[in-house]
Amino acid sequence: MERQIRILATGFLILFGLLGLNVNYIQVIAARDLANNPANKRLLIQEYDVQRGQILAADGRTVIATSEETTGALKYLRRYPGGRLYAHLSGYYSFVFGRSALEQSYNDELSGRAPEVALQTFVDEVLGRDRRGASLVLTIDPQLQQTAAAGLGDRPGAVAAINPQTGEVLALVSNPSFDPNVLSSHEGKSIRKAWNRLNADPDKPLLSAASEDFFPPGSTFKIVVAAAALENGITPDTTFPNPPELDLPQTTRTLENFGGDHCLGGASEVSLAQALQVSCNVVFAEVGLELGAEKLAEQARAFGFSGDIPFDKDLRFQEGNFPPAESFAQDLPGVAFSAIGQKDVRTNVLHLALIGGAIGNGGVMMQPKVVREVRDPTGRIVRRLQPQAFGEPLSPENAGALTQMMQAVVDSGTGTAAQISGISVAGKTGTAQNPGGDPHAWFVAFAPAEQPTVAVAVVVLNGGDLGSEATGGAVAAPIARTVMEEALIST
Amino acid sequence: MTAAAAPRPDPRTRRNTELGLLILAVLLALGAYALVGLGKEERVPPGVVGYGVLLAGGYLLAHMVVRRFAPHADPLFLPTAGLLAGLGFAVVYRLDPDRAAAQASWLIFGLGLFIVTLIAIRDHRQLDAYTYTIGLLGVLLLLLPLAPGIGTEIRGARVWVKLGSLQFQPAEIAKVLIVVFAASYLSARRQLLAVATRRLGPIALPEPRHLGPILVAWGVSLAVLFFEKDLGSSLLFFGLVVVMLWVATARGAYLALGGLLFAAGALFAYRSFDHVQDRVAVWLGALDPQFIQDEGFQIAQSLFAMATGGIAGVGLGLGRPQDIPDAPTDFVFAAIGEELGLLGTMAVLMLFVILIARGIRTALARSDDFGRLLAVGLTTILALQTFVIVGGVTRLIPLTGVTLPFVSYGGSSLVANFVLLALLVRVSSVTSQEGR
Repeated sequence: MERQIRILATGFLILFGLLGLNVNYIQVIAARDLANNPANKRLLIQEYDVQRGQILAADGRTVIATSEETTGALKYLRRYPGGRLYAHLSGYYSFVFGRSALEQSYNDELSGRAPEVALQTFVDEVLGRDRRGASLVLTIDPQLQQTAAAGLGDRPGAVAAINPQTGEVLALVSNPSFDPNVLSSHEGKSIRKAWNRLNADPDKPLLSAASEDFFPPGSTFKIVVAAAALENGITPDTTFPNPPELDLPQTTRTLENFGGDHCLGGASEVSLAQALQVSCNVVFAEVGLELGAEKLAEQARAFGFSGDIPFDKDLRFQEGNFPPAESFAQDLPGVAFSAIGQKDVRTNVLHLALIGGAIGNGGVMMQPKVVREVRDPTGRIVRRLQPQAFGEPLSPENAGALTQMMQAVVDSGTGTAAQISGISVAGKTGTAQNPGGDPHAWFVAFAPAEQPTVAVAVVVLNGGDLGSEATGGAVAAPIARTVMEEALIST
Repeated sequence: MTAAAAPRPDPRTRRNTELGLLILAVLLALGAYALVGLGKEERVPPGVVGYGVLLAGGYLLAHMVVRRFAPHADPLFLPTAGLLAGLGFAVVYRLDPDRAAAQASWLIFGLGLFIVTLIAIRDHRQLDAYTYTIGLLGVLLLLLPLAPGIGTEIRGARVWVKLGSLQFQPAEIAKVLIVVFAASYLSARRQLLAVATRRLGPIALPEPRHLGPILVAWGVSLAVLFFEKDLGSSLLFFGLVVVMLWVATARGAYLALGGLLFAAGALFAYRSFDHVQDRVAVWLGALDPQFIQDEGFQIAQSLFAMATGGIAGVGLGLGRPQDIPDAPTDFVFAAIGEELGLLGTMAVLMLFVILIARGIRTALARSDDFGRLLAVGLTTILALQTFVIVGGVTRLIPLTGVTLPFVSYGGSSLVANFVLLALLVRVSSVTSQEGR
């Protein structure tokens, strides 16, 4: 019997050893994974006990996001007084669907977990106060944001305004938008309902058309092609044949000008500068074919197409697309259409504003930034924006030459609607064929042309209210003008 | 019992060790209770003095009774169980303050029965005279919830008996009685049952007619499973009988047969009951999206609670263990894991290991078969029940709802376990001279 009792004791020891090992596995080895399971509400409730930092506009007064105390299980409620206006910038803060945009990429700062605010967080802890997060002061000018949104009105589209010298984003508006207050409420049911509705919407309101989606840029892409031409020895005065339409190689198709017109009243030769001024498709297709896919792709890549342009701290940014040169090996018509911003070329207003800004800024393209300052809960600035160059897609001389060509567009070309009295404006229109519907109306500009403090890009998707007759000059340029006027007043 | 009559306590009885450890246990329990109040409401709970007096008084009285009536008892039993019960009270108060008063009453009532048991049963061998009475009573209690009128079904399991306003789980008391019966029955018949007439390879087979006890136990446990749907009690009861048979007869064949019968019963249960199939499916896939919010919610919350607690725990009163369904009863171990962390769960496991080790020691120190088997049985039921519930809430094995002895909320369990403790104390206290 004694032997059996000893064996039994060993058996119990093994059973309890297994229990001990299993508990160690759950509480130590697998603890992180288990605790972070989305079905574990504990960390969430803990997270909502933090008084999350505010998000403020550049004036330091306009509140974009703030936290209000509630009596519910989730202590602090995130509020967005600006509603739809800043939704794509601030993002949402949802306990069902997580975080997006700044709420996500600056979560460590906003929730008080970043190293710079650790001391203050510790003091709060000792004093028994709720933890407070750091606040963000953005580069967004609330006036300019309002002006840009008012310019678009109800039309789907997007506006981006940047400071070309620093890369600071001054305004970033996208239509349609969404109300982040609904997604950030504490009621799971209404959150899910809103989420399903927003995701089912074919206009994709959750996606920022300004920076997270892209569209065919049409003739605004000609500034990239013109840069490629200048970088490869072509001058503004270099002339090209000007047929009414271009017979394309490898196919029976032809390439036409906008509305089937013959550029410059049918002149037999047209210079590069003239072609940009009147947005001559035929000549730009010739330029593209002469340069070849390799050089076009190279220049596009220098501007960040199909690459990776860092957007502040890991903010989602969909750079423009230009297909790799190899894909045009058997497709010379594709090269011609790509040179006028059609086919598979894509971009959005933020990228386009950066390109315009680079031309105005002597060829130096800056990285876009939206957070100017991070302030700890006492208001002390703990981090400040550092401007960073993305690259130098063209030489200062060529940038100057291209600026003059773009000034001519506004002075006496397709972009006259962007003129501002007493100030020189450089710009480029675009009207992009859109297989899914009416054309997209584009405009990119910067001012003052000599040393720009603002670069703007505008797109009105599906032509806005002018239908198929929309042109970038008629629909998008006036919006760009009001935004630039506002920006020039406030600086 | 000679020492008890001596004018001065015999230092070898180690009663002062017990007293010292009891004081430590009371201080720890009160500390846990105060911390719950500080964590939850940032103040010491108003009842801390009253509860302290009650707990210290109850434990002191129990200690005095041990000193007087079981002077040679193992000094670790009472303080270890006392610490578990004190910790359990703090956690129950933390999870559901409305139940704390009831738990305190049951704790005092349990201590009362502990005292009564020690005074009434001066020598465990007294029990050996009532083998069948006790056995019959045990089986009756086990099956009592099936009686129409008084048996009550709660959440699919028919394990409760309701008499007026009194509601209890007779299986908790039944398990102690069945241990006493089995110890008595087997100590009288161990030679007979051990007779082997045939061999199957290395295993000596007992005579077929001596298979009666194990088959009866199997039948009863299947009845409990089938009619009461009480997987936990069924498992414990059968496991207990098999272990005791094996220890008594030294015949490995009983273990093998028990294993086979268990496998057959388990397969039968799995085939015939949806709820057993659900248990297994949930056990395997508790964290799968299809279960995590429904059938697997409880076990998933249990794992989340313990994982969130990590090594040091989030602190008493500072976590959300109340989010685990049944936290005060079946899932009290997970609640401890969240707020006291790995340190807390390992401490609780260590306390049970101490109880089990002392139980085994008590069994080995005995020379009378009945006392030996009684100690083995009581220890086994404690060990198996702890293993089944801790293994269940930590997903080591499929969950079967039983209480964590001394810690879980629940009067029947608390009271029955203090009686169990009293019997262990009693068996351990007979001096070596008397025992041999």
